[in-house]
Amino acid sequence: MKPAPFAYHDPRTLPEAIGLLALENAKLLAGGQSLVPMLNMRFAAPDHVIDLNRVAGLAGIKRTSGAIEIGAMTRQCDLEISAEMAGALPIFGAALKFVGHFQTRSRGTIGGSLCHLDPSAELPALCLLMDAEFTVAGAAGERIVAAMDWFQGFMQPAAGPGEILTAIRIKPWKAAHAYGFCEFSRRHGDFAIAGAAALLALGPQDRISQAAIAVFGVEVSPRRLPEAEKMLTGAEAGQASFRAAASAVDTLGAMEDAIVSAGYRRKIGAVMVQRALEMAHKRAKAGVV
Amino acid sequence: MSEKRRIELIVNGKRYAGEVEPRVHLGDFLRQNVGLTGTHLGCEHGVCGACTVIAGGAAVRSCLMLAVQADGATIQTVEGLATEAGMHPLQKAFHERHALQCGFCTPGMLMSLAAYLSQNPLADEAGIRTAISGNLCRCTGYQAIVEAALDVVAAGRGGR
Repeated sequence: MKPAPFAYHDPRTLPEAIGLLALENAKLLAGGQSLVPMLNMRFAAPDHVIDLNRVAGLAGIKRTSGAIEIGAMTRQCDLEISAEMAGALPIFGAALKFVGHFQTRSRGTIGGSLCHLDPSAELPALCLLMDAEFTVAGAAGERIVAAMDWFQGFMQPAAGPGEILTAIRIKPWKAAHAYGFCEFSRRHGDFAIAGAAALLALGPQDRISQAAIAVFGVEVSPRRLPEAEKMLTGAEAGQASFRAAASAVDTLGAMEDAIVSAGYRRKIGAVMVQRALEMAHKRAKAGVV
Repeated sequence: MSEKRRIELIVNGKRYAGEVEPRVHLGDFLRQNVGLTGTHLGCEHGVCGACTVIAGGAAVRSCLMLAVQADGATIQTVEGLATEAGMHPLQKAFHERHALQCGFCTPGMLMSLAAYLSQNPLADEAGIRTAISGNLCRCTGYQAIVEAALDVVAAGRGGR
C-alpha cells in the first residue's frame, strides 16, 4: 500500500521543528523504520510529517564528565561502531545486533526507538536499565525526564504532543561491572517474544554488590525488577540466586496475542532474565565489562 | 496539501531531477520516475528486503525512505553493479552458483551483500547469513546464495 497524502516539512533548526508541531495532526519522522511502514500501511495518516533528518545538532555521541550523551537522531549503526559506546556502554553493541537488520539500523535512530516504544524494543530497555535521562524540548524550553517516568503505557512515551526528544544521557556505573543481554525470537531480526538485560558488580567471595535487571517484551513496556535487584544485592552470585531473581517475572502482567500466551511470555521472560544474569556473572568473573 | 517537491539525486553516477509527492517512497521513485525497475518492491514495510539499495554508502530499505529525503543523496541500485568491464563479482558468483530461481529477491540480496562485503571483505558464513537475514528468498533455501557470497570472499573480491 501507499501512504495517504501529507504535507512534508524538513526544518533545519530545533525551534523551527518545535514550531511546526503546532500544526494539527502532525507526526515527527526520525529514522522512519517504524513510521514509514505505518504510513505505507495507513495505520498512521498524519496531515503533516515533520522530518527531523535535516535538523542540525540532533545526532552524535559525546563523552562528558561521568556520562555519555547521545543525540536523539543518532543512527543505530553509528551507536554500533562508536568507540565511546564500546568503551563505556558495551551492552549497547551487544543488543544492537538484535535491532532489526543492518539495512534498517543504517536509518533507524535511538530517539525514534524511544518515542515509538515498541514493547519488545531493545534500546528503551537498555535506557531503563541504565537509569538514562531524556532531554525533551518544547515551546516552553527543555525538561529532563528520568527513564523510570518515560514509559507511560503501551507505545506511550512521556514526551508531550508539542515536544521533541533531543538527547539521551547515560551514566555508566562507576564500580567494575559486567553486562548480560539476551532475547528470544523465532527468527533473527524479528520482534522478540521476550528479552532481558542485566548489569552485575561483584564484590569479594562472588557476592553481588550491585545489580540491575530490565525485562522487555513481556509487559506493554520494558520494566525493571527492583525487588529482584534488591534480593541479589549482597547475595552470592550463582544459579540459585539467579533463579530466585528470575521468578519475579512470574507475577508480571504479560501481554497476550493469538500466537504467544501470557504464560509463555512470562516463562520466556524468566529464562531470559536468568540467562542475562548468568552471562553477566560469567563476564564479571572473566574480568570483561 | 500534498504539494509536489522538486528533488535532485545521483543514481548510479547519473544525475536525476524530478517532481515528486512527499508520500512517494524512494523505491517507487526509482522505478516510476527514474525508470530503473531493477529495484523490486515486495512487502513495502521493511520485512522482505527486496527493495534494498545503497544510499550514501549504506544499505537501506528504499520502501522506508521517502524520495524527498533522498534529495541530494547518492544512490546505487542493482543496475549500477555491473560496469563496462562486466558483471560485479557477486553477480557472476550468483550466476555460477545458481543463486536465484525466480529472481524477485535477487536485487535486494545483491545490494545487501555488496554493502556488507565492501565493509567485511573477509566475512565468514555466519556473518553472511546474518547479513541476509533481512532478505527473504522463497526459492533457493539460501544455500546457493551463501555459497556465492563465500566464493566472492574466497576470491578476494568482497571489496569488489
